[in-house]
Amino acid sequence: MSTTKKIAGSALAVALGVSTLAACGGSSGGSEAKPKTITLVSHDSFNVTPAVLKEFEQQSGYTVKVLKSGDAGAALNQEILTKGSPRGDVFFGVDNTLLSRALDNGIFTPYEAKGLAGVGAEYQMDKEHRVTPVDSGDICVNYDKAYFAEKKIAPPQTLDDLIKPEYKDLLVTENAATSSPGLGFLLASVGKYGDAGWKDYWTKLKANGVEVVDGWEQAYNQRFSGSAGGKKAKGDRPLVVSYASSPPVEVIYGEPKPTEAPTGVATGTCFRQVEFAGLLKGAKNEEGGKALLDFLVSKKFQEDMPLQMFVNPVVKDAKLPEDFTKFGAVIDKPETVAPDAIAKNREQWVKTWSSLVVK
Amino acid sequence: MAVPLAFFCLFFAYPVAAIVGRGLKGDDGWRFGRIGEVLARPDIGDVLWFTTWQALASTALTLLLALPGAYVFARFEFPGKQLLRAVVTVPFVLPTVVVGTAFLALVGRGGLLDELWGVRLDTTVWAILLAHVFFNYAVVIRTVGGLWAQLDPRQEEAARVLGAGRFAAWRRVTLPALAPAVAAAALMVFLFTFTSFGVVQILGGPAYSTLEVEVYRQTAQLLDLPTAAVLTMVQFVAVGAILGVHAWTVRKRETALRLVDPAHTAHRPRGTGQRLLLGAVLLTVAVLVLLPLGVLVERSFDAPGGYGFGYYRALQDAGAGGGTFLVPPLESIWNSLQYAVAATAIALVIGGLAAAALTRRGGRFVRGFDALLMLPLGVSAVTVGFGFLITLDEPPLDLRTSWILVPLAQALVGVPFVVRTMLPVLRAVDGRLREAAAVLGASPLRAWREVDLPLVRRALLIAAGFAFAVSLGEFGATVFIARPDRPTLPVAVARLLGRAGEMNYGQAMALSTILMLVCAVSLLVLERLRPDKTSGEF
Repeated sequence: MSTTKKIAGSALAVALGVSTLAACGGSSGGSEAKPKTITLVSHDSFNVTPAVLKEFEQQSGYTVKVLKSGDAGAALNQEILTKGSPRGDVFFGVDNTLLSRALDNGIFTPYEAKGLAGVGAEYQMDKEHRVTPVDSGDICVNYDKAYFAEKKIAPPQTLDDLIKPEYKDLLVTENAATSSPGLGFLLASVGKYGDAGWKDYWTKLKANGVEVVDGWEQAYNQRFSGSAGGKKAKGDRPLVVSYASSPPVEVIYGEPKPTEAPTGVATGTCFRQVEFAGLLKGAKNEEGGKALLDFLVSKKFQEDMPLQMFVNPVVKDAKLPEDFTKFGAVIDKPETVAPDAIAKNREQWVKTWSSLVVK
Repeated sequence: MAVPLAFFCLFFAYPVAAIVGRGLKGDDGWRFGRIGEVLARPDIGDVLWFTTWQALASTALTLLLALPGAYVFARFEFPGKQLLRAVVTVPFVLPTVVVGTAFLALVGRGGLLDELWGVRLDTTVWAILLAHVFFNYAVVIRTVGGLWAQLDPRQEEAARVLGAGRFAAWRRVTLPALAPAVAAAALMVFLFTFTSFGVVQILGGPAYSTLEVEVYRQTAQLLDLPTAAVLTMVQFVAVGAILGVHAWTVRKRETALRLVDPAHTAHRPRGTGQRLLLGAVLLTVAVLVLLPLGVLVERSFDAPGGYGFGYYRALQDAGAGGGTFLVPPLESIWNSLQYAVAATAIALVIGGLAAAALTRRGGRFVRGFDALLMLPLGVSAVTVGFGFLITLDEPPLDLRTSWILVPLAQALVGVPFVVRTMLPVLRAVDGRLREAAAVLGASPLRAWREVDLPLVRRALLIAAGFAFAVSLGEFGATVFIARPDRPTLPVAVARLLGRAGEMNYGQAMALSTILMLVCAVSLLVLERLRPDKTSGEF
């Protein structure tokens, strides 16, 4: 046994030595007086132009570390689990469909960001400023322009259109239980037809041949006939649930870049998603976190955002890039559902929806 | 024994218990009533039913297709055998994202079968079953074939001389000797398919869900911890039972069999029957294993401007994928290798010590410990990952944002492989040699270095190779804890697959191909080191 013990001793020393080194490496540069690093926890879709972030770092004297952890739902859930002992200072990426889950769990410290006055009132959903609105995006049905031109039928415009016989077997959507555009589309129908009518609508949609896949990637890049990915994968559905900003993406990442977007947006099918950021309770660097929140609603960041994350700014005087206004759609009357109503009914709606549509 | 036990408790048992406890504990204390409530739900019933029957079907199909292969690899000599044996093992260590992708490229929309005959199998259970065969073919080849090659063919010949028919001789002599190995292989395949995650998620669509997928959905997406906790416990019990039966069959296999050097049992195929069998097996391997891998490689070269290295070159740009990465995707190779080296070191230390302890001591307790070390193979990565989040959050163990977390999680999966490889060899070391050294005045460390080490060096290298390959391919746990500026190869592949656009898809294929190459090379090196006398359990 003594052999084992000796090896054990040296092994433990090695293992712990490695982890101690790692721990030291992680916290180097941190001084007692004022933490120099701000850690931003977010989902995988967070992006910012490096030069824009650098400018903030130079002006504020902080270094920003970004920690991306999974999709929006998973990232928020990890924050809820680590409540009180967060991994970072600011969390970005809770949207209005999950807002009440975040607020009920009390993971944020209230802070009124400088510049909040410039943010549209319709986005300010929490009067206590536990969260700060950062961007908005509309979940809408997109259509393949070429398909409808060739068949000589008008593309659908509203939710009512989608259950008409001429659009039979054309739409692919995402699982509302696992995908945020899927949930958004379900909520659009709830917003339009109310708690009493949406089930009836989906029964008709199902009868009209709607197909459900697990996630956005599969729906948009595999099944949709209008996207670059879908064309390559021989997708055969000319209607898909995606975003109002998807057509500009097709143009900007086109190879070669087309002069007109190959896809369009059915403007009467949209649900508006608003994304928020908040200062985490128990943050090690509260001052830095506050500065970062100010930065997120600054004009500089807001104008950088559209081409980085393909969402709309919430600051009123932020200018949209030309590609965005030229190829994207502006949704005047999106469907909305109050966050409280979503919080109360989300689970039941999704369950009912699953038994109606998936099974 | 203390070190592996401490490691196991700190980085596995404690986090898992904490997250399960969080799910089962209400404001007014424990709520075990939830177990019954959850299990009575019809949707959970569906999940349990699907998990079980698809695992049974996958296991049956794998045995059906791989047992002839095991025979051929054991008894026949043919050119390229060593290379082929390494190649069929590649899928086993490939991350499920890559396998799912390979199968989509083959049986999915616009896949090879679709283009040729209009056949699509995606979102059907067939795609899942075939992917599981692809994955586990090597488990049967190695476990059953390894033993089969060492069975003395003269015993069967003797039976035939005594008048038994060909089949009767096989049934009376070879089958009983082989049965425990077949059972062990079947149980391992059952374990891997019962806990299937990536394959089912990518190929199954919303209609199919295994326990493991459901645990992920309930935890990561719905934050329904009570349901997740109950499902984790159900899976725990099931996996524990499987491992228990597995340990029992392995012990049975260890009962004296007269084994011979495999080099003397194999011969070139003779006669039409044997040549046909060899041909059929090679065809199965080609269609089931080489074709999906080949499609992956083909796609990686099918760049927009004609065939070439276009996608590979794009991997060097940091801006690739619309800023999906903070660093060029190519750097993920370097990250993966570094993590794998650290994970291998940890797995070797922990696994080696555990194996040493298991050799020196007997009894029920130690056997239980043996099975315990296998448990991480069957517990949901999301459970471990989320467990890490809520337990390792205080100094000196606030490791949540530290890079060491990745190798630690990967080592958890590597340890069982190390233990399984080292154990038979260590048990074979004669204790008297060590005693003799001690009598002659050697310190315990010196005795170990001079006696044990030379004898086990080879097994140690093989164990290292396995731990290395496994950690290269580990995806489930890594995806939760890998830092965004340091993605591993599988994480980078998954991120690329999650973005729109042709370039991203092509780069995902190119990175998968690189990962495949790295795995194949480590396995080939392993083949060279394969000791003749031991039949490893993997």
